[in-house]
Amino acid sequence: MSENKQLLTLQVNGEDHEVICDPRMTLVDVLRHELFLTGTHVGCEHGVCGACTVLVDDKPARACLIFAAQAEGRVIRTVESLGTPEELNDLQEEFSRHHGLQCGFCTPGMLMLAEGFLAEEPNPSREQVRECISANLCRCTGYQTIVDAVECTSKRRQSADCSGCSFAAAVPQNKEENQA
Amino acid sequence: MKPNSTKTLVGSSAARREDPRLLSGRGRFVDDMHAPGMLHAVFVRSAHAHARLIGIDSAEAQQMPGVAAVFTAEDLRLGPIVAGLDRPAKEWAETAMPILASGKVRFVGEPIAVVVASDPYAAEDAAEQVDVSYDPLDPVLGDDQALSAGAPVVHEEAPQNTLVDVSLFATEGIDRILDEAHTVVEVDLRTGRQNALPLETRGALAQWDDRSEQMVVHTCTQTPHQVRTVAAESLGLLERQVRIVVPDMGGGFGQKCVVSREEIATAAAALRLRKPVKWIEDRREALTAAFLARQQHYTARAAFSSDGEFLALDVDVICDMGAYSVYPFTAGIEPLMASAEMPGVYRLGAYRVRGRAVTTNKAPTAPYRGVSRPQYVLLLEHIMERAAAELGMTSVDIRRRNLITEFPYKSVNNITYDPGSYLESLELCEKLVQERGWPQMQQKAAEEGRRIGIGYSCFSERTGYGTGAFAQRKMKAVPGFDLAEARMDFTGAVTITSATINHGQSHETTMSQIAADVLGVELSAVRLEQGDTERVPYGWGTFASRSIVVGGSAVRNAASRLKEKMLALGAHLLEAEADQVEMHHGGVRVLGEPERSVSHTEIATVAYLQAQRLPEGMPPGLSESDSFDVFNDGTFSNATHAALVEVHEGTGQPEILSFLCVEDCGVAINPQVVEGQARGGIAQGIAGALFEEIEYDAAGHPLAGSFMDYRTPTAQEIPDIEIHHLETPCLFNETGAKGAGEGGTIGAPAAVVNAINDACRGTGAEFSHVPITSRDIHAALFAATTTSKLQEA
Ligand code: FES
Ligand code: FES
Repeated sequence: MSENKQLLTLQVNGEDHEVICDPRMTLVDVLRHELFLTGTHVGCEHGVCGACTVLVDDKPARACLIFAAQAEGRVIRTVESLGTPEELNDLQEEFSRHHGLQCGFCTPGMLMLAEGFLAEEPNPSREQVRECISANLCRCTGYQTIVDAVECTSKRRQSADCSGCSFAAAVPQNKEENQA
Repeated sequence: MKPNSTKTLVGSSAARREDPRLLSGRGRFVDDMHAPGMLHAVFVRSAHAHARLIGIDSAEAQQMPGVAAVFTAEDLRLGPIVAGLDRPAKEWAETAMPILASGKVRFVGEPIAVVVASDPYAAEDAAEQVDVSYDPLDPVLGDDQALSAGAPVVHEEAPQNTLVDVSLFATEGIDRILDEAHTVVEVDLRTGRQNALPLETRGALAQWDDRSEQMVVHTCTQTPHQVRTVAAESLGLLERQVRIVVPDMGGGFGQKCVVSREEIATAAAALRLRKPVKWIEDRREALTAAFLARQQHYTARAAFSSDGEFLALDVDVICDMGAYSVYPFTAGIEPLMASAEMPGVYRLGAYRVRGRAVTTNKAPTAPYRGVSRPQYVLLLEHIMERAAAELGMTSVDIRRRNLITEFPYKSVNNITYDPGSYLESLELCEKLVQERGWPQMQQKAAEEGRRIGIGYSCFSERTGYGTGAFAQRKMKAVPGFDLAEARMDFTGAVTITSATINHGQSHETTMSQIAADVLGVELSAVRLEQGDTERVPYGWGTFASRSIVVGGSAVRNAASRLKEKMLALGAHLLEAEADQVEMHHGGVRVLGEPERSVSHTEIATVAYLQAQRLPEGMPPGLSESDSFDVFNDGTFSNATHAALVEVHEGTGQPEILSFLCVEDCGVAINPQVVEGQARGGIAQGIAGALFEEIEYDAAGHPLAGSFMDYRTPTAQEIPDIEIHHLETPCLFNETGAKGAGEGGTIGAPAAVVNAINDACRGTGAEFSHVPITSRDIHAALFAATTTSKLQEA
C-alpha cells in the first residue's frame, strides 16, 4: 500500500534474496514472513528474550531490533544454515543429547547465540558459557542443560574429552543402544 | 533397541523424537503458518481497569490503508464464555466473560474491538486510531479492598466481589485442640501475582473451509477439544463445524489451558470476512492481558504438641482471581485446589479451611503449573520451620515426626494417598546435604560474618486426576478421562493418538516409548498424533501433570488392544492357539518355538489386503481404541527439595549456591525427560520465589509491559540443580508412571524461602511472602540491625 516501499537485497544463508518491503519492517519479520525462514522466532520484539537471534557478519544480533534495510550488504545466517533434521551439526546434536530444549521455541536463538559465541571464544569456561547464555531467555529448561550442550560442543570442537560433564551421570547406559 | 533384546524403551532416556525438527528451524508454530490472502488481527484493549464503555468510534480506523474491518461486541454478537460449578448460591456466583467487552471493562488490556488489516503493521496503526470513550469507575485492586464494605462491584452477579466461598472441611473439636495445644503457630502469608510466561505468546490462525464446512482454527492451546466446544457455542456453529488444530507450541504452563477470548474473536472475524485471519499476541499484551495466576493470601493457625506432632491446621485462603472466571476450570481453580489438598504430605489430626475466590480489576487467573500447591506448600513448610524453632527441633526432625509413612493413607481431607517415598526422599535429601558439606559451609560463612541458609521443602503432588477427583470439585464440565487410538499400517509403522498436547514435555518420545514396547517395534516406527480435533478422539488436553498418567495410560491400553488383535491374528496364521503365542520384536511367534513366527508386516498384509485369510468374525484392519480414567483419589508424585542460599548483607541480594531435588514420580518413562521437567519446574519456582511479580499502580495499570520490567531469571540466576530419583510405582495403571510436570515448581519456592529465613536467623528478619526481592531483604536486615542497636543503646 505504502508508496515508499523499498527493494532490498539480503544475503541470507549464502543466498541473495530480493525483497520489497516497507522501510519500517524489521529483519526478523522479513526473514519469517517474506523469506519464509520461520526457524528464527519472536518472543518479545524489544530486544530482551533473544528468540530472534541470528548471526549478522558472524556476530549474534537481535533480528527484532534491526530494520531489514540495515541488514543490506551484511552476511546473515539463520538456524536454517546449520544442520538438517537428517544431519544435525555438532551443536544441535549436543542440544539433543543433553535435553537442552523442551518446547524448542528459544532453541534457534540459543543455537545462533552459541555459534557466534563459540566462534569468538572456542575454549570457554563453564562460567563464560553461562554468562553468554544468560543473554537469552528460556522458560522450559532451567538453562543448565543448554550450558552443558554448549560446553560439550566446545570440547568436541577442541576434540577434548567431554565424558566428565554432568550428562554422563544423567543418562543410563542403554541410551546409545536405543538410538541404534 | 536391538531385535530380541529384552531391554525396554520405557525407563530409558531415548533420544527425543521432536528434537530434529525443532533444532533445525523446521518446527511449525502458529506464527510460522501462512495462508493465501491472510489478514491480521490486532485488538483494541481497555486503557482503564474499571469503566463503563460509552462509545467506540472506529470510523477513522476503517478508512486507514489496508484495513478490512473493525469489529466490536455489537458487530459480532458472540455468545460469552461461561464456566460453571455445581454449587449452591452461597458458595458460587456464576459470571460471564464476553468475547469482546460490552457495557463495561474490567481490567486494563481487556479486548474491546478487533481490527483486521492486510498486515500486522497496518492493523496496529489502525487500532491506535479507534477512539474509545470511557466513564471510569473506581477499581478493585486487592483482596482486602474487594471484601471491604462499600467496595466497588466488579460483577453485578457477585455483589460482595466473591465468586467462590467454600468451607470444605471442619474437623469436630478443632477449636479445642487449637486452644489447648502446647504450641500454636500463626502465619499471615501472601504470594505474588505471576505470569506463566510461555516464551511463545498466544496466537491463532482461523479460516473457513467451504469443502469441510468448517471453521479451522490453528491455535496455541493445551485443551483443543474444550476450545472447540466453546468456539462452536460462541459462534453459533455445530460442534462438527469447528476444527481446532494445535501446531508446535512454545510452552504453555497452564496459561494456554483455558479458552482465550482472542482465539474466538479471531475465528469470528474470519467467519465474517470469509478470509484467513491471524492473531499473534505481542509481549506487552502477554504481560498485561493474558491469564495470570498465584496471587493468594493465607491466614493460618497451626497447633503442635510439645514433641512436635502436627495436631491441627485452621486456614483461610483468599485468591485474587482478577476480572473473570475461566473455562472450563472457573474462578474456583485456585481456592478449591488449595482447600482440597492442603494437608499435603503431613499426618494431620484436625483441619478446617475456608477458601475464597475474589474478583478484582486485574487480568484473570488461569491454572499455572502447580496451581495453588506452590503456595500452600510454602505455607506448610513455613509453619514447619516456625514450629521447629519454637519447639527446639531441627528442620528435618519436625518433618520426620509428621510425614505420612504408611500407605494407603486416608487423610483428614478425605483423600486416600497411594504409596510414596515421603520419608525416604527427605532422608536421602538430608544425607546429600550432609555429604555436600552444606552445614560446614554455613558454619564457615557464619565465622566469616556472611549469611548462608539451608532450606528444605517436602511435598506431594496429586497427578492422576480422573473424573472421580474432578467431579468432587463440582465443575459442570468435568475433566478426567482420555481416549486413544493405536493403529498399524501396511508397512508395520504405528500411529498413536492422544488428546493431550505436547508443548515441551516430550510426549512424542515418551508416549511412543510406551507403545513401541507393547507392540514390539522400533521407537522410530511410532508416531504420535496430537492436537487436531478432527483426527484425535475427544479428551481433556494437557494440564495437572495428567498427560503421562492418564493420556499415556490410554495410549498403553489402546496399544494393548492392538497387540491382542495382532496376537489373535498371528496365532491364526501360525495355526497355533491364541495363548500359545507372544509378541516379540518385529512380529508374533509361538512360545518356545521362536522359528515359528510371523512378522508385523505379514500380519498387516492379511489385515488390510487379504481379508479372506482373517479368522471368522475378525474385522479387517489394525486399528484399536481404548480409554483411561481414574475413579479413586488419583496418584501422588512426591519430592524433597533443599536449597543453599547466601544472603548478601550489603545489597540484600539472595544467591542460590546449590539446589538438591530428590523426586519420585513413579516409573520414569524417560529419566532424562523427567529431569528436564524437574529442572524447568524448579527454575519457575525460583522465579516465583525471588523475581517475578505482576504489579499494578493505584489506578490498576499494570507496571510491567516488557521484559525490562518483568524480571524473569536468566542462566545467571538459576543454579545447576542436582537431581536424584526414587521410584514408587503407581499401582492402578500399567505403566507405573505418576506424573512429573509440575513438581519442580511446587517445591522450589518453599525451599528457597526457608533457606533465606535460615540465613537471616537471629536477626529478627523473617519473610512470609513471595517474591522476596533484594530490596525486601536489605530493608528487613537494616530494620533488624537498627532495632537491635536501639535496644543496645
Ligand atoms: S524477539 Fe528479539 S529479543 Fe525478543
Ligand atoms: S525450550 Fe521452551 S523456551 Fe526454551
